[in-house]
Amino acid sequence: MITTRNLTKRFGRIEAVRDVSLDVREGDRYGLLGPNGSGKSTLVRMLLGLVYATSGSISVLGEPVPRHVGRVLPEIGAVIEEPAAYPHLSGRANLRLLDAAGPDASRRTRRRRVDEALEQVGLAGIDKRPVRAYSLGMRQRLGLAAALVRRPRLLILDEPTNGLDPRGIRDIRDLLTALNGEGVTVFLSSHLLPEVSALCTRIGVLDAGRLVLQEQLASLQEPTGRVLVSTDDPERAVASLDGLVERRDGADLVVRSPDPAALNARLVAAGVPVRSLMVQRRSLEEIVLEVTGAGSDQFGVPAVTPGGTNLPHGGLPPPVPPGPPDPPAETL
Amino acid sequence: MITVELFKLVRRLRTWVSIGLICALPLVVAIFIAVTHIAPAPGQGSAFLSAVLNEGQLYPAAALALVLPVFLPVAVAVVAGDSIAGEATAGTLRYLLARPVGRTRLLVAKLVAVITFAVIAVAAVAVTSYATGVLILGPSRAAAVGTGGLSGSIAPGAGGAPTAGLQPGGSITSLSGAPLTTLELVERVLGAMAFITVSMLGVAAIALFLSTLTNSAIGAALGSLAALVISEILVTLNAASAVQPYLPTRYWLAWIDFFRQPIFWPDIQRGFAIQAVYVAVFLAAAWANFATRDITT
Repeated sequence: MITTRNLTKRFGRIEAVRDVSLDVREGDRYGLLGPNGSGKSTLVRMLLGLVYATSGSISVLGEPVPRHVGRVLPEIGAVIEEPAAYPHLSGRANLRLLDAAGPDASRRTRRRRVDEALEQVGLAGIDKRPVRAYSLGMRQRLGLAAALVRRPRLLILDEPTNGLDPRGIRDIRDLLTALNGEGVTVFLSSHLLPEVSALCTRIGVLDAGRLVLQEQLASLQEPTGRVLVSTDDPERAVASLDGLVERRDGADLVVRSPDPAALNARLVAAGVPVRSLMVQRRSLEEIVLEVTGAGSDQFGVPAVTPGGTNLPHGGLPPPVPPGPPDPPAETL
Repeated sequence: MITVELFKLVRRLRTWVSIGLICALPLVVAIFIAVTHIAPAPGQGSAFLSAVLNEGQLYPAAALALVLPVFLPVAVAVVAGDSIAGEATAGTLRYLLARPVGRTRLLVAKLVAVITFAVIAVAAVAVTSYATGVLILGPSRAAAVGTGGLSGSIAPGAGGAPTAGLQPGGSITSLSGAPLTTLELVERVLGAMAFITVSMLGVAAIALFLSTLTNSAIGAALGSLAALVISEILVTLNAASAVQPYLPTRYWLAWIDFFRQPIFWPDIQRGFAIQAVYVAVFLAAAWANFATRDITT
């Protein structure tokens, strides 16, 4: 659906996007992650033909962009950073206006498509109030509705849940999952890790303009070979597991074991009262922090040399033992 | 896309406020003249103003002369300067382009909207000032006041502010002293309106170009007005006579020649030609810049 090859964008001396080869497949729920200033928005704008690449190529829905961007955009719904609307017009008027502005929209179905899009995002009951009077969450929903009016095959969403409350975030996630179930490919950029973690099937991580990781989320979160055990009698557990316990924090143990069932049987046999037992998986936060350096809103932080730059397909960075998070980077 | 831009123009309060203000200026002037019966002496003040006390039907021409130097170009520059830069600042530009609206199409639609605005503004001035002239100044007043109906009917020299007046027979005199029928007067007012609208297109093209350069709508509007002020200064500067024929405001007042009998065409034609060149050059520059620009707002 989206393929970029060695995509680079320079603004003067600043290289915003460097040599990015992205690959979004049909049916993906793809999450593009990265710190502030890592080039996410520039990349999204290049996909939509708003910003022209310095070098490299882009193909969206099989067509070269920006050369034939006019052919592919009618099939794309986009939210580009903040939503924007004409503040003196109502939400409905805004959607109709934007729909009418394009070359392809049927006037006959406009009213129905606009009403359906508003209903999808939970704004079915909006009145004639001008957008000026909308809350941030309503604007965000309206922006998403604008992306849905033409029933796109591909959604490109830059920070779509900004400004939404927890219920709003949940609503949008459910909506995107449902649309994806109907065959819509979803490409979203975000720095909200829980949101991406809950929604996406595949992630890409940008750091200082480079794509430092692109992988199925499930394979990134494969079990680490460790099991988290919580027990009332940690002493007995440590004694019975001789040497397998990597870390102990009060009643919580990290045990090296590929087979949680066997481990449980062994603990029960040793008379250890097991309260809970869980296979350890790496969190998205650990995965992202490991491959990214400081964001552009930080200064004076030594740049992390990403050890695993452009990891080979299927490659897995070495597991990180859970522990206290890295101390916050010093800011200038 | 053009209908969308016209809808946006019509639905914006600013459009009607600025047209209202443009129409209000001639009304205020007419009220002062009607109350005091003091019109500028022939050859002084704004064009045609000395004659309107005698002939209210000439007031559209006087009103256009009043709004042309400042009000009209300011309004056109504001609308044209806002056209791309305003959308960029509001963030709606990226959504329009991603809709998709081709960049050339968007520019053309914006231009059509600006032209429409200029036409509406000029027509509104003509219509409201005609009503003002007939109702407040009215031809009957000339007889009642009796301030010398012929005072304005002397054809002025090339440099003097033009005047026109009422002939004893009741028909309106041209600047050259020959009588004009009502039909001729209407034709000439329409010709003057067309000329003034085209003159405004030169302003609009400059402002539209600047609007594609900057994200500041006010900057684009003020930039184009600065260009006009420079032009106005150079037009009166003898040392700049070499460049004067090419300045955008050089022939702005040539529409007055529509009120000569017969119509004095050379300056009118030069005026149309110079505006056509400005429109072509600045629209081409606007297109070249906008079509290749990164949209980062």
